[in-house]
Amino acid sequence: MSGVLAAGTNADVIARETLFWILAVISVAAALAMILVRRAVHCAIMLAVVMLCLATMYAMQGAPFLAFVQIIVYTGAVLMLFLFVLMLIGISSGDSIVETIKGQRLAAGLAAIGFLVLLALGIGHAAIGPAARPTAANGPTNLTGLSTLIFTTYVFPFEVTGALLITAALGAMVLAYRERTTPRPTQRELAARRLSSGQLAPDPSPGVYALHDAADRPALLPDGSTSDLSVSPVLSQRAVTEGPGFVPPEETVEITAEGGGREIAPSGRADS
Amino acid sequence: MSPVHYVALAVILFVIGGVGVLVRRNAIVIFMCIELMLNACNLAFVAFASLHGNLDGQVIAFFVMVVAAAEVVVGLAILMSIYRARRSASVDDANLLKY
Repeated sequence: MSGVLAAGTNADVIARETLFWILAVISVAAALAMILVRRAVHCAIMLAVVMLCLATMYAMQGAPFLAFVQIIVYTGAVLMLFLFVLMLIGISSGDSIVETIKGQRLAAGLAAIGFLVLLALGIGHAAIGPAARPTAANGPTNLTGLSTLIFTTYVFPFEVTGALLITAALGAMVLAYRERTTPRPTQRELAARRLSSGQLAPDPSPGVYALHDAADRPALLPDGSTSDLSVSPVLSQRAVTEGPGFVPPEETVEITAEGGGREIAPSGRADS
Repeated sequence: MSPVHYVALAVILFVIGGVGVLVRRNAIVIFMCIELMLNACNLAFVAFASLHGNLDGQVIAFFVMVVAAAEVVVGLAILMSIYRARRSASVDDANLLKY
């Protein structure tokens, strides 16, 4: 890609400028959306957009290797790790709207403006010239050039990086490891616990209705009431069911009878 | 495109990431904002590499990526252990060391 873009004709320059402005607008908008949207999953998606834009910019600037590393390592691995942890610990962890420290957002905005002005002044005074002419190192020999540098000039930092990665992996293993504080219950103990709990059968499965069938719908008991046991407590804990059209399990029967909720047809399952 | 455009974009993205770190209260989102700042730094590194016409900046950007990956791994592991203890991913709830 960079080989094509670095050809240096007039059309290429125009194409590159257009691409830059499009990508710049998209990436800044996505970054702003990232700090403004409330849900963490949406933040992750916005971050993916920014990262992909930056990867394209690397390719435009004669760094094809970094462009692919950006896509594979950042968008592929790091962001998936973020999503993985989000799934583990907090789908529901949208931010609270209340400011815990008074005037914090205002102060943060002022500090950001000040910092932006500072950096802009510094860069404005730096007299950054035009880019050097793209060489072969920006195109076909980019990978060999980078590897030559990494394994000659930067070989010591590279080895330190290896040590850092091993330390990080060990640290993650130690931090994520949870030691069992009680002995694992045997099958006999589990059976005794189940017998003494008074409920021998497993919990009822979620409701399967004529028009609606979802894991967040409670089962209907013979007397017409619903059973809270049938809805996994994880659903309410993670607020998965808070989306538009969510009907709390207690009200499901009445509302579906009136055609509310996520029912497709208003006639519901009133008599079923 | 002159490298100064890329550097300006990097500055804007860096400041946005900084605002996110200051404003957001969810620790995972704060981590994402830190990633955004690191990405902005990488963009500046690559821009300066193309300004000078050599590959040193790209090597540094590569190292930044590696360090960012290690940082994310350890940071998210810390977050998970905090979540196990406090059942919350909000930075306001991790206040055991507060005066």
